Amino acid sequence: MNLENVLLVGAIVFAIGLYGALTKRNAITVLMCIELMFTAVNITAVALSRYVIPAAIAVNPGAVPETAMQSLLTGQIFTIFIITIAAAEIALGLAIVMAIFRNKESVFVTDATEMKR
Amino acid sequence: MILGAGTEDSMVIDVVFWTISVSIIVAALAVVHLKDLFRAALFLVVAFLGAAGLFVLLRAEFIAVVQVLIYVGAISVLIIFAIMTTREVEQGNPFNRLRAPAMTLAGLFLAGVLFVVFATEWNILDVAIANGTFSADTTQMIGETFTTTVPRIAALLIRDYVLAFEVASVVLLAAIIGALTLMRDR
Repeated sequence: MNLENVLLVGAIVFAIGLYGALTKRNAITVLMCIELMFTAVNITAVALSRYVIPAAIAVNPGAVPETAMQSLLTGQIFTIFIITIAAAEIALGLAIVMAIFRNKESVFVTDATEMKR
Repeated sequence: MILGAGTEDSMVIDVVFWTISVSIIVAALAVVHLKDLFRAALFLVVAFLGAAGLFVLLRAEFIAVVQVLIYVGAISVLIIFAIMTTREVEQGNPFNRLRAPAMTLAGLFLAGVLFVVFATEWNILDVAIANGTFSADTTQMIGETFTTTVPRIAALLIRDYVLAFEVASVVLLAAIIGALTLMRDR
């Protein structure tokens, strides 16, 4: 287990999510694939946070101040915000899907074409 | 002890890592390819749990707990709820006409990312520690940072990242109001 392996897993999951989000007709599956992509990005951010030396520490490895240590956790902070935004996104996305379903009795993205001119 | 240097490169960690990784990838493929939407949602839960396992391996225990609480607990319940109420389970989970171009795009994306990942000279923390780049004090502090992440993340969230934290709260509030407005009977 090293950085490249974790990034490889993240990239594969992101590519699968991208493929699914572009090709599925059911809007709920599209949202599920977007969640897969969020998860892949989170894995990547945490892996980079764990393995890569931040600039604040690398700039002067001989005498690293205590305050520079927090830059080791930047990726984890990013992940927390991504999870927050993903939660907001899935709530809104599913609300939109349900609203479309109420009006058209269908959740297929190919059926929601009112704005296509 | 620092970053678990003795255990980190052991074979057990490798086996666990590849087991989790393969199950995440298989679950992701199942999400895309299964006809039954409900089973696809259950495989999404497997992928989320696997990601939580990876976070534990990557010394991000707090993120792993948040992942289980929010993704496995809340988001998958929301998705399954939406699947059950839209009654599309029997209609299946069809592809649209974009399959070939989307696969090409995803493949190109994967190739580009993998090229960057393997061509970059990463500045790896463990290698620097093993080479003795840091003083003993610094190595000690790095080890402490990764073993006590929760109080550090808490301090960072309400100190350095307080603006982003507040903005995220406003975004969540706006999302709640937006979802309620969209779903309201009128």
